Amino acid sequence: MFSYCLRRTLAAVPVMVVVALFVFLLLRLSPGDPAAIIAGDMATPEQLDRIRETLGLNQPIYLQFFNWGGELLRGDFGTSLMSNLPVTQLMVQRLEPTVSLALLSIVLSVVVAVPMGVIAAWKHGSLIDNVVMSVSVLGFSVPVFVIGYILIKIFAIDLGWLPVQGFKRVSEEGFGPFIRHAILPALMLSTIYIALIARMTRASMLDVLGEDFVRTAHAKGASEKRVLFKHALRNAGVPILEVIGTGFALMITGVVVTESVFNIPGLGRLTVDAILARDYPVIQGLILVTSGVYVLINLAIDLSYALLDPRIRYQ
Amino acid sequence: MSDDLIPSGAAPAPVLDIRGLQVATQSSPAKPILKGIDFAIAPGETLCLVGESGSGKSVTSLAVMGLLPKGSLKAVGGRIELEGDSLLEASPTRLRDLRASRMAMIFQEPMTALNPLMRVGEQIEEVLVMHQRGLSARQRRDRVLDMLDQVQLPDIERVHASWPHQLSGGQRQRIMIAMALVLEPKLLIADEPTTALDVTTQKQILKLIKQLQERHGTSVLFITHDMGVVADIADRVCVMRHGEVVETQPIDALLRRPTTDYTRQLLTAVPSLRPRASREVADREIVLEAIELEKRYGQASRWARLAGKASAQTLAASDINFALTRGRTLGIVGESGSGKSTVARCVMRMIEPTGGGVRVMGKDIASLGRAALKPHRKRIQMIFQDPFRSLNPRLTIGTSLIEGPVNYGTPREQALARAAELLELVGLPKDALARYPHQFSGGQRQRIAIARALAMEPDVLVADEAVSALDVSVQAQVLGLLDDIQRRLGVAVLFITHDLRVAAQICDEVMVMQKGVVVEYGPASRVLGAPEHAYTRSLMLAAPGRHWDFAGFRPLKSVFEETSPVTATAR
Repeated sequence: MFSYCLRRTLAAVPVMVVVALFVFLLLRLSPGDPAAIIAGDMATPEQLDRIRETLGLNQPIYLQFFNWGGELLRGDFGTSLMSNLPVTQLMVQRLEPTVSLALLSIVLSVVVAVPMGVIAAWKHGSLIDNVVMSVSVLGFSVPVFVIGYILIKIFAIDLGWLPVQGFKRVSEEGFGPFIRHAILPALMLSTIYIALIARMTRASMLDVLGEDFVRTAHAKGASEKRVLFKHALRNAGVPILEVIGTGFALMITGVVVTESVFNIPGLGRLTVDAILARDYPVIQGLILVTSGVYVLINLAIDLSYALLDPRIRYQ
Repeated sequence: MSDDLIPSGAAPAPVLDIRGLQVATQSSPAKPILKGIDFAIAPGETLCLVGESGSGKSVTSLAVMGLLPKGSLKAVGGRIELEGDSLLEASPTRLRDLRASRMAMIFQEPMTALNPLMRVGEQIEEVLVMHQRGLSARQRRDRVLDMLDQVQLPDIERVHASWPHQLSGGQRQRIMIAMALVLEPKLLIADEPTTALDVTTQKQILKLIKQLQERHGTSVLFITHDMGVVADIADRVCVMRHGEVVETQPIDALLRRPTTDYTRQLLTAVPSLRPRASREVADREIVLEAIELEKRYGQASRWARLAGKASAQTLAASDINFALTRGRTLGIVGESGSGKSTVARCVMRMIEPTGGGVRVMGKDIASLGRAALKPHRKRIQMIFQDPFRSLNPRLTIGTSLIEGPVNYGTPREQALARAAELLELVGLPKDALARYPHQFSGGQRQRIAIARALAMEPDVLVADEAVSALDVSVQAQVLGLLDDIQRRLGVAVLFITHDLRVAAQICDEVMVMQKGVVVEYGPASRVLGAPEHAYTRSLMLAAPGRHWDFAGFRPLKSVFEETSPVTATAR
C-alpha cells in the first residue's frame, strides 16, 4: 500500500515539470520579443529594458528556465504587469471563492446524483428510471448560463429568497451568508455533473447488479437496501469516482462562466481579466496552478481507488 | 414418471416438496420454461437434478430460493413447500428470513460469487449479522472461525482476514459452503458447485459436502450435468429435459435400468474412462514438434530491482518435448495452472516462447519475425473453448469462414465455394453461409469453428478445451466429427483438455502436465490405462464416476484401481 502511494506520488512530479516547461516556453517561443509581448503595445524602451532585466532574458535559455523554476519552488510566480502586485498574492486572494464554490458544487452533485443513479438502476425500466434519465438528458443539453439566469430569475428576483449576485467568504462571514450567496452558483455549476454522475452511477450499478456476488447476497437473505448500498454500490464505485474526479477538475475551468454570471471574485474572473489584459505572469501562474490542481485531483483519485479496491492495493 | 416421489418406507415428511411447478417468461406471449415438475427431498437425502443446458434445472433451484430474475421469469403455477412453508406464497420478508437460515445455496463459479471488496470472514459473518441479531461480535467471530475449520481451510485466522482474490477457486468454494451452512439450514442447493474446479479439488469439495451433510443432517439438492458426479454422490436422481422431469429413480436403478430413452441416451453419451486402442500408425511424417520448449513469465520489475528484491519468475512451461505425426491426436492433459494452454499458445506463436523450438513441417517457427512467420501460420489452426465467444457476432458465417483464405490470396469466389463444402463436411446446411452466429446452437457453432480452422487447410489443428463447454450428447457428436475429419483429411490434432474421459476417447498419445512440466508422456492406452506417475494416478482416482461403465449400464471393476485402498466417495 505504502509503495503504491509513493509510486503514484512520485509519478506526478515529471508531469508537473513538463507543464512548467510548457508554460515557460509559451512565452519564450512565441514570435517576437518576450519583453515586448509582456510590456504590450504602449511600452517605452525603458520599460522594455526593465522587463528584460527582471526576466533575465540576456542569459542562456536553460539557465532562464532553472532560475524561473527555482523561483516557482519558492512560491514566487513573478509580478503582475497590471497591478504590480505579486502573482502569488493575487491568486491566493482569489483561491478561496473558487475552491469553496467548486467543493460545494461537487458535494451537491454527488449527494443528488448517486442516490438518483442507484434508484434508477434498482428500478431499471420503471417510471422513476425514465424520469431520472430524461432529467439527465436535460441537464446535459441546457447551456450552463441559461440555467444560471433562470435560477436568478426564480429564486432571486421573483421569490426574493436569495441575493442576485455577489459572494461572501466562509472564512470571513461564516457559513450562513456563504451558503446564501453560493447556493445558486453551485446549483448552476452542478447541473451537468448531476446529469453525468447519475448516468454513470446507473450504468455502473446495472453492470454490478448482474454480477454473481449480488445473487449470493440475495441468497444470504440480505435486504434490498443492504444489497444495493453495501454490496453493489461499492463495487460500482471505481467508474463513479473517475467521473467525480474528472468532473471536479473540469469544474475549475467551468467556474469562469459561473463567476461571471454571479459576479464572484474568484480565479475564473482573474483568468478572464488577465487574458484580456495580456498579463502574462498572471496567466502563467494560473496555468501552473490549475494544472497542479488537475494533477493533485488525479493523484487523489488514484489513491482512493486503492482504498476502495484491495486488488489494486496489492498490485 | 414414478408416482412414488418420496423413497419407499421413508416416514419423515419431506424437507422440500415441489408439486406441479410451472415457470414462464414474462414476455408476451409467455413462454413456458418449467412445465409442471414434481419432486421431493427427504431429510438428509441427496437428490441430483441432471439434464443438459436448457433443461430448466437451474431455473428450478432459483425458483425454490425465490431468486428468479425479476421481470423476466415468474412462477405461474404449482407449489413449493419447505418444511410446510409455502414458498411461492411467502412475503419477500419471510423469504429473506428463510434464506440462509432454512435453505441456502452455493453456485457454480466460486471466482465471482464472492464480493471482491469484502474480506471473506466478514462475508460469512454478514449472514449472522442479518439472521441472528442476538450474537455479540465475539460470538459471531467464533462461529465463523469454527465454520472455517469445519470446511477444512488451513490457517483459519489468516483466511478469515483474506480478500477473495487471495484465495484459490477451491478455497473460495469452501468459503461459499461455510457461508451456506453457518446457520445449519435444512436444505442446501448446490448448482454445479464443482464444474469450474479441477478434478482433484472437485473430489475434495464433494467429499466435504458429504461430510457436512452427514454431520448436520442437511438435505442436498445437487444440480449437475456430469453423470460421473451423479454416480458418486446421489441417493436419487431426477432427470430433466425441456422443463420437464422425465425420470426419477434411486441412483443404482437409474444407472442400471433407465426407463426412458432420453436417460439411456444421456448415459450412453458419457465417454468411457477406458482409453481406446491407439490407431495404426499410417504416416510417420512429423508435422509438429516441440523441442525443449520453455515459457518463463515475470522479469523482475525495475522497482523490485531497485528495492533489491529477488526476481519473481514463473516457469509456466519448461522442457516440453513432443512430436506429432500426420493424422494422429496428441492430448495434453492437466489441471488449471499446469501449463497446457501455455504450450498450445507457444506452439501457435500467440505468445513468445522464451526458449526451445517449435517445428511445423520441419521448419522452426519459435523465433521467426512477424513477416517470416506469416506463411507458416496457416499450417496450424486453432479451435477455442467457448463457441459463443469465438465467432464475431457481427460477421456472417460465410465472411468468418473466408476471411483467412482471402488474407492468404485465395480469390473470394473460390473461398466461398470452399466454405460451402466445408460446412457440408461439418454437417451444416449450405445456407448457413449467409446467417449470423446467434442463429446457431453451441454445438453448431463449434462445428463452424472447426470449419473455419479447416478453411486454412492446416496440417495441425490445436483444440483448446474444444468440447468442454458442450453438453455430453453434443460433445459426443463433435468428437465424432473431429475423428471423421481426421480420417478424411489426415490432419493432426493437438488436443488440450482437463477431461480424462474425453482424452481417453480421442487421443492416440497423451502427455500429462503438472506445474509446467511433463510428468508422463506415451500412448493413451498406457498413460491412462496403467499410469506410472503418482500425479496421473491421482487424476485418474479423482475422476468422478470411475466405478461405472455408463454406456454398459453396469459397475466397473477392471478399470485402473488404486494400489492402496482409498475409500471411494461413491456408495
